Amino acid sequence: MTRGWNRLRRHHLARASLVFLIVIMVLSLAAPLIAELRGVDPTQTDLFRRFEPPSAAYWLGTDDVGRDLFQRLLDGGRVSLLVGLAGALLSGLLGALIGVAAGYLGGRLDAFLMRFTDGVIALPLLPLLIVVAAIDPRKLGVPAELAQSEAFSLYRIVVIIALTGWTTVARLVRAETLSLKARDFSRAAQALGARPIRIMLRHILPNTAGSLIVATTISMGTLILLESTLSFLGLGIQPPAASWGNMLTGAQELLQEAPLLALWPGLLIFLTVIAFNFLGDGLQDALDPRSERR
Amino acid sequence: MSRYFVSRAVQTLLTLAVMSLVVFVLIGLMPGDPIDLMISGDPNMKSEDAARLRAAYGLDKPLLERYLAWASEAVQGNFGYSRSFGQPVLTILWPRLLNTLLLAGSAFVLSVAIALPLGIWAAAHPRSRADYLINLFCFAGISTPPFWLALLLITLFAVFLGWLPAGGMAYPRPGTPWSVALAEQLRHLVLPVVTLTLVQLGPYTRFMRGAMIEALRQDYVRTARAKGAPERTVLWRHAFANALAPVLTILALSFGGLFSGAVITETMFAWPGMGKAIYQAILENDYNLALVGLLLATAATIAGNLLADLGYAWVDPRVSLAADQP
Repeated sequence: MTRGWNRLRRHHLARASLVFLIVIMVLSLAAPLIAELRGVDPTQTDLFRRFEPPSAAYWLGTDDVGRDLFQRLLDGGRVSLLVGLAGALLSGLLGALIGVAAGYLGGRLDAFLMRFTDGVIALPLLPLLIVVAAIDPRKLGVPAELAQSEAFSLYRIVVIIALTGWTTVARLVRAETLSLKARDFSRAAQALGARPIRIMLRHILPNTAGSLIVATTISMGTLILLESTLSFLGLGIQPPAASWGNMLTGAQELLQEAPLLALWPGLLIFLTVIAFNFLGDGLQDALDPRSERR
Repeated sequence: MSRYFVSRAVQTLLTLAVMSLVVFVLIGLMPGDPIDLMISGDPNMKSEDAARLRAAYGLDKPLLERYLAWASEAVQGNFGYSRSFGQPVLTILWPRLLNTLLLAGSAFVLSVAIALPLGIWAAAHPRSRADYLINLFCFAGISTPPFWLALLLITLFAVFLGWLPAGGMAYPRPGTPWSVALAEQLRHLVLPVVTLTLVQLGPYTRFMRGAMIEALRQDYVRTARAKGAPERTVLWRHAFANALAPVLTILALSFGGLFSGAVITETMFAWPGMGKAIYQAILENDYNLALVGLLLATAATIAGNLLADLGYAWVDPRVSLAADQP
């Protein structure tokens, strides 16, 4: 583990990414505190202060309804990062269970699950996800007050992005399971009479932890990108709650007046996603030394 | 070979049938129904009228029953009308499918034409400065939100420089010389195609690089080098020929992604294609248009996969279509 940590530290981009991500996370989580200290309210609209240039009072200026852009970016970051993290964990869990079941139990189940996975990968996912995002939860029996609450739109987008994220993890875990189940420790457990469910959960899955960490890190980035796309299209996080994606929704009409409004949220999405990708890449090198020198 | 085709055709039809059921149910779960829309458009409608209309259109029946009614019409080629256009859905969708194929096809050809040489160059010079830069470029491409890239390109080339149109498609007046019309159409095509290409370049280049590196490690490459084959021959005849097969598979799986990318690009650049049509149909509760559009997009994706499978067998003679593949 220490050796892995040292290898990660040598990976400059991954190290810089980790620092960047920690800064972004801390700032986003501390957003209410920062708002208090600066004395601005990011939800307060003020039509007399639209499109203010950056100043001491408004660090990055104000948006089209006069809200402080810097503070909105932090709020949006909290939502985007949270949704990405929850979505990546959920899809990691889903993918790991499907992958280990397919790889360990084999046979017809394996064939069916892998066909299904390939099928999902090949589908035109975004249009389908737009439909899923548009369905009315009340028709599924969700009580109206819950369906209209802000928290529900958060859960919904997490589930939606997890629906796409699990496929990569499932294939990865299946491939590892195939090699792990032939190893001595699995066969020893089998010979001792352990039930398949125990072997899968206690012996095989823990050994895939390295790849799971890498895959989850990378899918954090991918899923933040997907969330921002859906929110941009108006089907993810609903305003007035901010997310980096929905902050860009109206930007296209304002390109002449305020091109900078289109710059910042997109730049933050880009930097965050690329940081997760670099970090995942570095972790892969750190956890699997064979992939380092090619 | 013919047995393979029959089994693939059955598989494709089954997939489409399952997809149509899934999409039908999902769209049935969208807010409201067509009668709700009529009520909102007609203040004189009473609730008894609405109930009568629901019964007349069969909207009071359970979803599954409605699906079977829809499917029995659909297999006879009757896909129904679009609410917002007031025309048969296929009349709306065909020209848009062609527009999407033009956009996505150009982007696909362009990105493959750039990604393959880049990936091969990177693999032939691993750990070089070029490899590092190509890798960085790929990471940037993978991490850029497509709609933001579109915004940046519109800001730069349409708003500030004014070189290219910000969106739409050219509709030349009758009598315009074809060369002018073509040039105008190409000008409209540049920004959306560049957006879609840049988004896809990253993964394609990385797949190509990975496959080439894998191929270059094989024994036959070492043998070819030991026999004194020139590096160019080793690279193209020995390594590339073998690396192409896995790359083709991945390219085939990415057809679905092309459609997803098209939704964003077409929406951003007001390109009248399928992706934009589906997105708008969903926003405007045009249930039937959304349903058939999604199915058509799925069918086009599956057809693309099928083509790639045939190409795979052609590229890699070890793959025999006659044998039952596991």
